[in-house]
Amino acid sequence: MAWQEKPLGFFTDTSICIGCKACEVACKEWNELPGNAAKFTADSFDNTGQLDAQNWRHVQFIEQVPDNTGMVVTPTPIAGGQAWLMMSDVCKHCKNASCLEVCPTNALMRTEFDTVYIQNDVCNGCRNCISACPYGVIGFNEDKGIAQKCTLCYDRLQGGLQPACAKACPTESIKFGYVEDLHAVADQRLATLKAAGYQKAQLYGRDDKVYGGLNAFFLLMDKPEVYKLPNEANATLPSRNNLPGYVGGVATAVIGLVAGLLAFRNGRMNGNGANNTTTTNTR
Amino acid sequence: MPPAEHFAAAPEWQWWILGYFFFGGIAGGSYALGTLLRFAGDPRDEGAARIAFIASFLALIPCPVFLTLDLGQPLRFWHMLVDTSEGGVAFKPWSPMSLGSWALLLFGLFSFVSFLAAVADVGWFRAASPIARILRGGAGLVWSAVGTVFGLFICAYTGVLLAVSNQPVWSDGGWALGGMFLASALSGSAALLLLVARSRRDVDADTANRLEAADRYFVILEALLIAIFLVTVAVAGTIGKVLGVWIVLWLVVALGLLAPFAMARWDVARRWPPVAAPLLALLGVLALRAVVIFSAQS
Repeated sequence: MAWQEKPLGFFTDTSICIGCKACEVACKEWNELPGNAAKFTADSFDNTGQLDAQNWRHVQFIEQVPDNTGMVVTPTPIAGGQAWLMMSDVCKHCKNASCLEVCPTNALMRTEFDTVYIQNDVCNGCRNCISACPYGVIGFNEDKGIAQKCTLCYDRLQGGLQPACAKACPTESIKFGYVEDLHAVADQRLATLKAAGYQKAQLYGRDDKVYGGLNAFFLLMDKPEVYKLPNEANATLPSRNNLPGYVGGVATAVIGLVAGLLAFRNGRMNGNGANNTTTTNTR
Repeated sequence: MPPAEHFAAAPEWQWWILGYFFFGGIAGGSYALGTLLRFAGDPRDEGAARIAFIASFLALIPCPVFLTLDLGQPLRFWHMLVDTSEGGVAFKPWSPMSLGSWALLLFGLFSFVSFLAAVADVGWFRAASPIARILRGGAGLVWSAVGTVFGLFICAYTGVLLAVSNQPVWSDGGWALGGMFLASALSGSAALLLLVARSRRDVDADTANRLEAADRYFVILEALLIAIFLVTVAVAGTIGKVLGVWIVLWLVVALGLLAPFAMARWDVARRWPPVAAPLLALLGVLALRAVVIFSAQS
């Protein structure tokens, strides 16, 4: 089955993620990502660390386990017996994408499926997209010298397949499909959870309040910040600083030029020059 | 106002970018000072103006080299200007990096021509005398005025480039960064010109005095913008990132800011070698860029 040229995306339901990391493995296999060298994290089941050039899926373990004093200190006090929160994180393929805004080479493009894609043969490795992405999704591939991230398996989509991570997910925490269809699924799931008493459950990126809506959106069991996702107040585009930045620059330039000109002209006008002159210009 | 929360990864812009920000600022600032000296209208300033245009181009030479070396794919540096994806030129005015690439190219043209005219006038390269002749009088003023627009843009856009991101500190102190880098570039360029002027006889002594006066204005402007930057970062709740171990660099910045006043006001400072204050000021310019670039990514 070929996919229609309509927005495609993920709905990741964190309430049923079991942290098996099958998505990470499937992603690495399909995209031939060797991965980073293994690290011993000691106090966490999360040994992937973060999304980067080698990890296009990252299963976050938010371990809200009481310490020796019985207190849960990070990241927020728990309720309802949720010792762990897990979330398979991925590029959000934002409708208003920060990375697309700043990319100077147009290596970042929007595909016919409304996903955000880095063209490997165009990217020159300036890393501006990394500084712009509010989710820390994009990483720099040292071997290839370019920025890389989830492609939403663009090559598989062109072949009518679904992304490798969604295919591999055993609990269907990662659901793939047309975004408008996924919205309906998400709304229904949220209603079910709320009815079951999970009052903190919420959808993130379902509406347009965060970057105009996310093609890869989430059902969270706590506040977005707990999952290292910026909330509405902090979900800002880099371009917000364009106008004020340039206005500040122009104002400083005008003041600086006027001050400089005054300094250069005043001394002469006050007659300080003649007595101090050691050499005169012969031009 | 709740503190800003950032989850962005660091772009790992390190030493090449620091070098570019420093030399780009000196190149743009020196060009602007050369133009101002010409606009001031006294022929006795001409020696200093020539030095300014020569310094501008010499400082500009390493800039594209540093930028290219910083790329993951240096041989694709031209992708900044040519759109290899869609064809045509790659020009995105809302992307400071795109705008800056074009500004650097155009400023390079202005700086190079002014450099040729200056070295011809000094007698180092007489083959360029026709250019020098063309740039005398009104045409030269117009040329250097337009070049100054690009030069000052090079000074300021580096700050805007950092601000147009989602990085802590950079995006929090957004609107002050461009102006702060520009003021710092002007003061650093004045310091460089003073440094060179002290060792050359073809620079009018009074011109050097007035360069010192201009430098003090630029330093006041810079100090004001640094204060605004720190306040905006404090309001955003990320000031902790630029303090801590970075205090050492802030001390160097402060020394660079105080040096021109110390030389002018305190008798004890008069016993310093004349190059001490300009050198400290240049170190301060470098330290300011270092603390902004590195602290946000630490």
